[in-house]
Amino acid sequence: MTAPPTSEIVYRHTRIVRIAHWINALCFLLLLLSGLQIFNAHPMLYWGQAGANFDRPWLSISGGFPDLLTLPNHRDLGAGRNWHFFFAWMLVINGLLYIAFSLTNRHFARDILPDRQELKPAHLWEQIVHHAQFKRITGPAAKRYNTLQKLAYVVVIFVLFPLIILTGLTMSPGFNAIAPVFLDLFGGRQSARSLHFIAANLLVAFLLIHLVEVVVAGAWNEIRSMITGKFTVPPAAPEQTP
Amino acid sequence: MKDFLTRRRLLTGGAITLGGLALTGCDALFASPGFRSFLGNGEALTMAAQRALMVGQPLAREFSERDISPIFKANGTKNPNTPVYNALAAGSFNTWRLQIDGLVDRPLSLSLADLRAIPARTQITRHDCVEGWSAIGKWQGAQLGPLLQAVGLKPNARFAVMHCADNYGGGADMYYESIDLVDGFHPQTILAYSLNGQPLDVAHGAPLRLRVERQLGYKHAKYLMRIEMVERLDAFGRGRGGYWEDRGYEWYAGI
Repeated sequence: MTAPPTSEIVYRHTRIVRIAHWINALCFLLLLLSGLQIFNAHPMLYWGQAGANFDRPWLSISGGFPDLLTLPNHRDLGAGRNWHFFFAWMLVINGLLYIAFSLTNRHFARDILPDRQELKPAHLWEQIVHHAQFKRITGPAAKRYNTLQKLAYVVVIFVLFPLIILTGLTMSPGFNAIAPVFLDLFGGRQSARSLHFIAANLLVAFLLIHLVEVVVAGAWNEIRSMITGKFTVPPAAPEQTP
Repeated sequence: MKDFLTRRRLLTGGAITLGGLALTGCDALFASPGFRSFLGNGEALTMAAQRALMVGQPLAREFSERDISPIFKANGTKNPNTPVYNALAAGSFNTWRLQIDGLVDRPLSLSLADLRAIPARTQITRHDCVEGWSAIGKWQGAQLGPLLQAVGLKPNARFAVMHCADNYGGGADMYYESIDLVDGFHPQTILAYSLNGQPLDVAHGAPLRLRVERQLGYKHAKYLMRIEMVERLDAFGRGRGGYWEDRGYEWYAGI
């Protein structure tokens, strides 16, 4: 019989991370809902430079998304665009500040990027099995992001958000004149619109997994740690220590 | 288990209710003019950023003949169908004239033949509707810039207001649009009388429409009757510089 576990409290998230997280969450939610409003104005997606009703869409959602999921919650494209572009700027400014701070205080190197050990297949497999069992990570390991978590954050921060911002800009005729290279990179304005939609879906998928993981890891503890920074390390059960 | 389900259901229900409340809150917020104009800062930021980056007034991409859309979608008003317009159309627009006036030294009145006599610019460009679709077409017309030079702008002329022959949806307000001098003098800003090698048809804005290629479709006013040079936009329509702008769309439609 080991001594009763003492609950260790660590300072998990810096103030910058916490503020950036919640601003990003708010922006993402409003951008998603206003984005569905904008999508509904022409609920079809094409590949290539151009595309309209007579061309063949690869996706067509008759009637679009339900009004309940759009911002505003009735058809108003002008208002949807007002919301979308204001919060797009907020998201970009917040993201740039987050990146600047994370580079200076080594948040990326210290917390986000997996090291070589973590990327070994055996370790990754172990992590996948652990996640598939919805097991809570306990003990000292809970103080750091686990490898799959790190990889998810890497994809979101360095792939999906840059992709959704750049494809969004590539739909702008003004930005096209400024930087036509992005039309070539994404294969045209309508391809950029399709990729913007796909990236949004992948971010929603990330969000759903993220929320499930918050519950698995202990919802109250996780949410509190993202508000106050303080995180109670779940004590390691004896049989789980190697 | 039962308790867990109940609690989960409670939490889910709570989240949905909160979400619904938040969205209703969003709509309530948006109803206040102050908040809406606060959101309008996004448009101001976009315009300032794009204009700052448009060093040397870059052109919108021009495409090749084989990129031209098989069918160019017509949107908005497809036929003004007003007595004045119908009379002009019945006479093949031979009696139609474009007035260029307002804050100018030498107002002009141009027939279609006059416009065709001016050296033309031909451009195959992509038309982007605010709804999200795009179509590529070959436009031909007279550049607006030289015409503005010809009429001689007064020093306080800041905007070109396009007065159109249509009232979208048959309402009381006539369609109008406005651009500033940056776009007014851009080489691709043309008064187009031809689409894909054919005289502009009624659905696409006959006899003359504006092309302002670095902005969205609603800026490309159709059925042009008059270009009025002005200092301020608040005297027109509801004061926001265009028919759709008066209905909540951005005046700067570069995104």
